[in-house]
Amino acid sequence: MKLLTLNFLTCARRTCKTSPSSFPLHPREAELEILESELNLVFLRNILPRLMWSELRGIGEELGLPSLPESPPSREDLVTKPSPAKPSSVTEPSSVEEEGGEGEEVPSQTAKDLHRLLLETTIKEGKLVCGNCGHEYAVKEGVANFLLPGHLV
Amino acid sequence: MPEYLVRLVQVHESFRKAELQALAEITGVGLGFVLYDEESPFCIVNLPSDTAAQDVISRGILSHGIYELWGKGSTYDELHASVKDTSRNKWAAYHNLPFRFTIDSYRGSRTSSEQRTIIESFSYFGFVGPIRMRDADVSIKVFEDYDFKAKTPKQLFLGRFIAKSGRHAKTTYDLKKRHYISTTSMDAELALLTANIALAAPGKVFFDPFMGTGGFPLACAHYGAFVCGSDIDGRSIRGTGGSARRGQTGKMDVVGNFKQYGIEGHYLGAFISDLTNTPLRLPRLEDGTTTGGYLDGIVCDPPYGIREGLKVLGTREELGEIERQTHEDRYRDPNYIPPKKPYSFIAMLDDILAFAATTLVENGRLSMWMPIANDEDIEIMIPTHPCLEISSVCVQPFNKWSRRLLTYRRLPDSEVSQEGLQIAKKDYEKGIKADDLNGFRRKYFEGFKEQQKLKYEAGNFNGIGREF
Repeated sequence: MKLLTLNFLTCARRTCKTSPSSFPLHPREAELEILESELNLVFLRNILPRLMWSELRGIGEELGLPSLPESPPSREDLVTKPSPAKPSSVTEPSSVEEEGGEGEEVPSQTAKDLHRLLLETTIKEGKLVCGNCGHEYAVKEGVANFLLPGHLV
Repeated sequence: MPEYLVRLVQVHESFRKAELQALAEITGVGLGFVLYDEESPFCIVNLPSDTAAQDVISRGILSHGIYELWGKGSTYDELHASVKDTSRNKWAAYHNLPFRFTIDSYRGSRTSSEQRTIIESFSYFGFVGPIRMRDADVSIKVFEDYDFKAKTPKQLFLGRFIAKSGRHAKTTYDLKKRHYISTTSMDAELALLTANIALAAPGKVFFDPFMGTGGFPLACAHYGAFVCGSDIDGRSIRGTGGSARRGQTGKMDVVGNFKQYGIEGHYLGAFISDLTNTPLRLPRLEDGTTTGGYLDGIVCDPPYGIREGLKVLGTREELGEIERQTHEDRYRDPNYIPPKKPYSFIAMLDDILAFAATTLVENGRLSMWMPIANDEDIEIMIPTHPCLEISSVCVQPFNKWSRRLLTYRRLPDSEVSQEGLQIAKKDYEKGIKADDLNGFRRKYFEGFKEQQKLKYEAGNFNGIGREF
């Protein structure tokens, strides 16, 4: 499971849903795996406002991953500004090339870091623990099991 | 606005309009229907431009292509008059380009000499370019619409080809060629169609709470959405339950399916859970707090309780002290299986709606399939929720039952009526057996006898309806 999913998951117990400490779930004994994929700016832009930033930062820290800035980046931070020096360079300005260059957005380092964390970092094995009730959910082969035992339903 | 002719396919008729409307919404263009008939594969729409027409149709599943309408009529004389009237100014642009001229007859046919005569009758276009049946720059088509077994067509159209549809995806995602499927996998065509109607699009987040082997997430990911799913049966996700294909062995799982189509980057992951005890964040809780939804769409085919059991976590009877203790002592055992109980089908549908109302973003879509016996009162049977507005109902009929694709739009908070939110507690079927809880299942296994009796008093019908 990609790390992004932790941004949506809480404890499955109904009694925990109202407690703020049930979100996020805390990964324990997690075996991480990096699965590379293509960066998608449209997606990052769409998901950015839906991220619970401080909780995401917390998870990153718990997993010992490079720390995130304190405040969430804005949508504009995801692309590098086209350098204004380029058009005035010595090379012959070709109108076709310029148009192509303008349409093509270059992802910034912020976007790359975010992509790495949310979409390339996956939990392969381990546990997810609720901060409220302490119940542990096992992750096996990248699939977390949220089925509650008989006495907790 | 210019008129375009959409060459539809003559299957899943009730889905066609809903799909075109959804595609127009995804593309962000206005589309108006000028002529549409369930019985005909020719549909005329208003669209702002050729580019818009191409964008709309490029994802279409229930169409072949789109054409700029150059004329229509019920006889060839009328057609010629109409063509001369509406498209005269367009001919010059294609004067010396390589071209192609063909005839498409629906429920009828023309011999090649007849075709030739028809094509020749349009010689006044004055095209002098070379005829090229492949890769022509301009392709003109005459469409003939016949009544069943009629000798002459009742409607004629002439159009210039703009773009072909995305119907080929149906072949790419064909279940017969899919790495891993189960007994209840949704047909590829319908799964892609569901994704279209639910507005799956690049960069969006989609979720399927009854994913099984991931048919719907795959279809949504095909259109660029990022997908995630869950199922109460972990074996279907991890692929440890064996293959539905006879004789197939080896590791088959949902990830494998995403890899087969090269879209594993769009697969966020899956987890094992039950919708009534979902681990997903429910941003709007009973206390009225609103932190906003995070899913752009939910697509699902909930278990009907026939091929797949309709179960949720819990026990049929209240646990005693000793049993509770046993569960508590044993649940960490790797072989522990949590107890499950049958659940009311209607309650399940309402749970899905409540879940969607909470987790969807404003204007997000919920598309879910629902089976129904043909004798039931359909109006009453469509579940509702104050935060959700029904946007389309499409029907796939079977013999004695049918299933419907219900699509809802999450209303923006400002449009939700406050009175509506005070929903009266509904009474669901009570009982502990699956048959008591699920009226559809009961009727199904009784072979829809009651309705048979009503419909064909003296008829001699045997057994169960068509399997799905």
